Amino acid sequence: MAEFKHKDIIALQDLTKQEIERLLSTAESMREINNRDIKKVPTLRGKTIINLFYESSTRTRTSFELAAKRLSADTVNISPSTSSATKGETLADTALNLLAMKPDIIVMRHSVSGSHYFLSKKVPCSVVNAGDGAHEHPSQGLLDMMTMKDRFGRLDGLKVAIVGDITHSRVARSNIQGLTKLGSHIFLAGPPTMMPPGVERLGNVTVCGSLREAIQDADVVMMLRIQQERQGKTLMPNAREYARYFGLNPENLKLAKPDAMVMHPGPINRGVEMCSSVVDGDQSWILKQVENGVAVRMSMLYHVCGGELE
Amino acid sequence: MSDEKTVILDCPGIKRALTRISHEILERNKGLNDVVLIGIRSGGALLAMELAGVLEVIEGVKPAVGTVDITLYRDDVGSNISLQPVGRTDIPFSLEGKKVVLVDDVLCTGRTIRAAMDALMDHGRPKCIQLAVLIDRGHRELPIRADFVGRNVPTSMKENVQVIFDAKSQAFEVLLEK
Repeated sequence: MAEFKHKDIIALQDLTKQEIERLLSTAESMREINNRDIKKVPTLRGKTIINLFYESSTRTRTSFELAAKRLSADTVNISPSTSSATKGETLADTALNLLAMKPDIIVMRHSVSGSHYFLSKKVPCSVVNAGDGAHEHPSQGLLDMMTMKDRFGRLDGLKVAIVGDITHSRVARSNIQGLTKLGSHIFLAGPPTMMPPGVERLGNVTVCGSLREAIQDADVVMMLRIQQERQGKTLMPNAREYARYFGLNPENLKLAKPDAMVMHPGPINRGVEMCSSVVDGDQSWILKQVENGVAVRMSMLYHVCGGELE
Repeated sequence: MSDEKTVILDCPGIKRALTRISHEILERNKGLNDVVLIGIRSGGALLAMELAGVLEVIEGVKPAVGTVDITLYRDDVGSNISLQPVGRTDIPFSLEGKKVVLVDDVLCTGRTIRAAMDALMDHGRPKCIQLAVLIDRGHRELPIRADFVGRNVPTSMKENVQVIFDAKSQAFEVLLEK
């Protein structure tokens, strides 16, 4: 199997197909630990992991914390309301101060795209991206790919529809980067105000004019959350109109393949991007995504912490 | 290390060794009641399957077989060696109160066995753990010994012992590389 020699995991954009496959196959092995009575292995004993979250998060932060603890690492969580960032400390100063406490990995979420590359240059420890602005969310991309692989046994040749606010979605970018490297075809749909120009250049990506066109015969339908906190006020008239044109409901889901899987990175705005009956329906894999999240993050932490680094 | 390779155990020799080990396992445990085999990935896992087949021929019942991957229990993670891929641990039964026969292909420093025992303990509390290996090449660094040994092969640390498996995952021959 291909070697993995990265100090950091910041974006799937930076990884090769082989490296992504290795992260996924390790995650599949890690999953067994989460089903044991004793959910812990000693691999990262004595390592210190700082979870530095400048943006709010439930799933990702909890998942990274559980992943670290199940590998026996020690974790510290720092969130904006309790950190000195509210008092005006810069990211560089925060990093240097944290570094004085000798962490082995910093897991960070930050609202500025690319901030992890900046952090990585400032610190010798590993940096893992838990989401940076509208750039990437590699752990989400990997767990989505793992869930699709669970369902279909492969990623090659899958038709994956991603619908919603593509412009502001780091989840979409990580999925596009990862899935196109592994041979899937991506079909994007969303209001024109939320579709970044030139997105077709990222690989095997087709921009569709409507939700119905994108999900036609799809194997996977991935719905994105409308990111009110990142948008200006002018991108859509209101949530009801959005739901009418870009919301997934039992009726338009019939356009996808009969056994298509429905995914969502969460948190869900029920009744906006997805109808409640689809969220809780038979085709929904949303909770499996969350379950796989812990295993994927264990794999990521193992790979940046474990071996020889370049 | 040059490419010089000598066969130290051929296919019939391996079969005889596995048959003898099987009889010893049966004798020690008075049959196969509560006996399970756990093979260490990857060579030991294949040998455990083969050993279970031999035991079935002799005793008429096949013991449960599981596999354990010890990568996450290694004592050298992060110590600048190349990172090992993590294989799947598959123990689809409880180890509580079981007599576990741990199976590996080559026993050397004993560090792999230490790691495997720690991994087993995380799955429950077996009644006992016994160790079966095809080759014991010495050089122990931990106080560990095998209960069932196919062949003792004195080696130097510069040499390498390799068990070769054929396309049907049966042990085919054992090579000593100088």
